[in-house]
Amino acid sequence: MTLETFLFYFLAIISVGSALMMVTRRNPVIAALYLILNFFALGGLYLTLHAQFIAFIQILVYAGAIMVLFLFVIMLLNLGDIKGLGEKISYRKIVGAGLSFGLLMELVYVFGFARASLPPTQFEKSVDIGTVEYIGRELFTTFLFPFEVTSILLLAAIVGAVILAKKKLN
Amino acid sequence: MDIQSYLLLSATTFIIGVVGVLARRNAIIVFMSIELMLNSVNLSLVAFSAYLGDVRGQMLVFFAMTVAAAEAAVGLAIIIALFRRKQTVNLDDINILKW
Repeated sequence: MTLETFLFYFLAIISVGSALMMVTRRNPVIAALYLILNFFALGGLYLTLHAQFIAFIQILVYAGAIMVLFLFVIMLLNLGDIKGLGEKISYRKIVGAGLSFGLLMELVYVFGFARASLPPTQFEKSVDIGTVEYIGRELFTTFLFPFEVTSILLLAAIVGAVILAKKKLN
Repeated sequence: MDIQSYLLLSATTFIIGVVGVLARRNAIIVFMSIELMLNSVNLSLVAFSAYLGDVRGQMLVFFAMTVAAAEAAVGLAIIIALFRRKQTVNLDDINILKW
């Protein structure tokens, strides 16, 4: 077993396990911490795919910024000690979980067994394209317009968040 | 590693996120499940990017992360506003838009 294979299985098990724990925990603080573990495992998986820039952005933006926002809101609303949230097993949930499992089986069939005809791999080329230098050059040449548009998106998000979360003045 | 393994992992975490959205009633955990689904799609995009030697997959992941950050800020603001009005985050109790 090579190091790459070992790292893939190790990180995949952490990723799936922490995702399962996140979905099943009752306390939202613990669920958020498991989601952070999942994001770190995903960052490691991006590194095994030679995507260094995306890996570090994943840890900085998701595990750093977004999850801090989540934990901040959970603690602001004091949701950690809400007990009777009525998480009962119902007919609707069983049907939903069963249909989701059916979709998973479909995807497993498509990816694993049917062996969809893919073009030949260019995996050697991917060593160069994940670097900060290459992505930065692409971002400021080919993708300059979308990059500038994201600033408007972020501005709209800031204004929207402030207006939605502020107290009514009158 | 071949691309099928990454796609299978991506599909598995996506389905876990779907089950979280369908089965949980805590708005914060439903929201975290949505983030999990976004991340699993990002993983398959990066896997295809590495497989095809094409940087466009990683650019799409970059922009998807920007949108996810904006979505998290606005979504959490909506949850705060809902909690202020209804004193709950249980999605079964938030039904003013239901007919």
